[in-house]
Amino acid sequence: MPRLHASAGFGALLALLLIIGFGAWRYDGFISEYNILTVLRYNSMFALVGLGMCFVIMTGGIDLSVGSVAALSSVVAAYLSPYGLIPGLLGGLAAGVAAGTINGFIISKMKILPFIATLATMLAASGVALLLSNQQSVPASYDTNFMALGQGDFALYAPDWVNGEDAGFFGAVIRIFLGFPIPAWIALFAYLLGSLILNRTAFGRHVLAVGGGEEASRLMGLPTDRTIFLVYVMSGLLAGMAGVILAAQFGAGQPIEGIGWELFAIASVVVGGTLLTGGKGSVGATLVGTLLLGILFTVLNFENGMGWISLSAYWQSVLRGGFLFVVVILQSRLTRSTAAA
Amino acid sequence: MATQDMAVAEPFLSMQGINKSFGNIPALIGASLEVREGEVMALIGQNGAGKSTMIKVLNGFSRKDAGTITVNGAPWAATSPEMAQRGGISTIFQEINLIPFRSVTENIYLGREIKTRFGLLDLKAMQAGARALLAEFDIDVDVRRPLGEFSTAIQQMVAIARAVSFEARLVIMDEPTSSLDDTEVGVLFETIRRLKAKRVAVVFVSHKLDELYAVCDRVTVMRDGRTVAVSTMAEMTKLQLVATMLGRDLAEVRRAGATAFTEGSRAIGEELLSVRDLGVGRRVRDASLSVRRGEIVGLAGLLGAGRTETARAIFGADPHEKGSIRFQGKETDFAAPADAIQAGIGFCSEDRKHEGIIPGMSVRENLTLALLPALSRAGIVDEGRQREIVLRFIKEIGIKCSSPEQKIRELSGGNQQKVLLARWLCMNPKLLILDEPTRGIDVGAKAEIQRLIRKLADDGLGVLMISSEIEEIVEGSDRVFVLRDGKMTAEFDGEAITEPAVMDAMAHAHGEVA
Repeated sequence: MPRLHASAGFGALLALLLIIGFGAWRYDGFISEYNILTVLRYNSMFALVGLGMCFVIMTGGIDLSVGSVAALSSVVAAYLSPYGLIPGLLGGLAAGVAAGTINGFIISKMKILPFIATLATMLAASGVALLLSNQQSVPASYDTNFMALGQGDFALYAPDWVNGEDAGFFGAVIRIFLGFPIPAWIALFAYLLGSLILNRTAFGRHVLAVGGGEEASRLMGLPTDRTIFLVYVMSGLLAGMAGVILAAQFGAGQPIEGIGWELFAIASVVVGGTLLTGGKGSVGATLVGTLLLGILFTVLNFENGMGWISLSAYWQSVLRGGFLFVVVILQSRLTRSTAAA
Repeated sequence: MATQDMAVAEPFLSMQGINKSFGNIPALIGASLEVREGEVMALIGQNGAGKSTMIKVLNGFSRKDAGTITVNGAPWAATSPEMAQRGGISTIFQEINLIPFRSVTENIYLGREIKTRFGLLDLKAMQAGARALLAEFDIDVDVRRPLGEFSTAIQQMVAIARAVSFEARLVIMDEPTSSLDDTEVGVLFETIRRLKAKRVAVVFVSHKLDELYAVCDRVTVMRDGRTVAVSTMAEMTKLQLVATMLGRDLAEVRRAGATAFTEGSRAIGEELLSVRDLGVGRRVRDASLSVRRGEIVGLAGLLGAGRTETARAIFGADPHEKGSIRFQGKETDFAAPADAIQAGIGFCSEDRKHEGIIPGMSVRENLTLALLPALSRAGIVDEGRQREIVLRFIKEIGIKCSSPEQKIRELSGGNQQKVLLARWLCMNPKLLILDEPTRGIDVGAKAEIQRLIRKLADDGLGVLMISSEIEEIVEGSDRVFVLRDGKMTAEFDGEAITEPAVMDAMAHAHGEVA
């Protein structure tokens, strides 16, 4: 159901396929089960944050707080993890929703610019995370099944024959399916739901209408304030979910993680062809954008592994930035030529 | 009409035969403007008459396609407002384009700061200079304070003083009084008289007739991209001025029966809307009107008379400070458009592009956006019913589009307007407020929309129609209210609705409602 609008996400999808093709051709083990699942597991956090950002940007806003909100949520979730998976999960989500509610209230009711409001929340959430954690990472409990949220899969439920020698293609499909990481399932589910909300509900249409013309929307009686409020709550909720996965994946709440996540999320959304001015966007293309930037990272790691070059993490950032330039410029050329036609 | 009196002196500014098109739409067709030294020239015309384009061509903002401009006898070739300013022509825009956070001094000296020997700013010298400059206009303010702390009038004076200090020989003022109160207008006029005394020429754009007579020497009237009249203020009555602006004296360019409105069926019902003594900001001071079921009520007035502001206040889009609004017999005070819509009112804005359509969305989505909650079951939009409604309206009111999925921005103005009308009609409103329903729409589509409006009223809808086209008001309305400077000055009914009567009410301040 994620609709890839030809104009919006086409450039990004093309680049994604090219990069995957390049990786498969150049590196052994690029298209291995292990690598695919690792990429999915790690990038599911960014995918969730990007989805929230996508809705915010479609209304013409921005949410800079997602990274530190995720860090805060990871700390809260880690503290609650000894009580079980559900308390850890709900605690993390609650922290995200709380931050999102504050953002939404300040932006929609008090009419503060989103950039400023979420910048304040970003600083505050980061501070709260550091205070709660005493500036240390907070170990999550291994005694409960909390870690499954970050590391688990359903491979245990696989019937024996699919792991056998003669499992064949069908068996391999089932194996990968059940080996699919739980965080990736969560992200996939969130994207399907997000696509449904955007394309098939009144709220989703209002999001695009508000971004496309706030005054026009107000004059036709649309609940503009409520729509804006809700996208920030949604973004907070998804950042909270990402934080829970973070804690479960690394076995600890990470108060200093999340720095720069907001920029990565904005980049994914923009690469996906969503307009920063609002009014136009696609959920599916945002997922493509996240995967594109994530896989680029993996490619650089593989390239390091080849031993020809040794790129530091800083060089990877430089390359990713350059790549972002290329995609965004291509994207704007594409949209301009379709607009002119 | 009156011709220019060329004998007196070579004019300071002379613009002749100016052509300018945007795309293939002509904005100026052989337009002309002449201003003499020390003269205050009024430049008037309706929306789209070409005043702003004329000013932009002069101050270098736009490039003319054809024609000649001379200043002081020499050819004028400014390609930017900065260049025009250096050449002695300054423009004071409606929105003051100075920097409110910086001091008065800084604003006056921006871009040509006085420096000390060491290359640092010489604040003392600049402050003294600013004080001396403002003193010429009898303004005594603390020049160290941020400009934004002062009243709009003072800010405007500072802008004018800045312009004059550039050795301006001609100052263009684009609706300078629109945000000033009466005392502030007085101060501005005094400033203009001082400019006049310094032999500076002024082009004064305003829609308030009284102001023109108070401060201007001559008037240039534009219509449809042409200069249609030049005259001294004394030789032209207000009624003549309005008639020239609206083009009602040039019978030869008029088709007989200019609009597609027919006589209403006159099955007029009970009162729907009643507005008493409405006051909104500075623009609307005392507006009263009423609309009954099955009736088209025209709201006439010159630009800036407060028509749109009145309509927006009724709809709850802007708050009103005084007066009462009754809808269907109940006292109401809509806090937001959503409340007015709930009660059964629809509003089509004059600014179709920014306040009407959502350009990136399809015809289907634009048509049903406001209706979506009613079309949803368990939060999910029922696309079958949505499609059914869209197809019905496309057929019923003849929206020409390749499919319901076509983007609305690709449609013609007339078809966009039909989609917006359908957006309200599918919600079964009782009252529809239409602000310039046929602006920017070609002749054929215009007639269709006018017929549609008539039919809707005959079916029992109450319509409040704002229009700057006098024939649309006169032929289309069952009753007409006239606003002048924010005050309701006249009401006409049936046979009494004639062009001379309505124009007369637009031009003159009568004591009481007729």
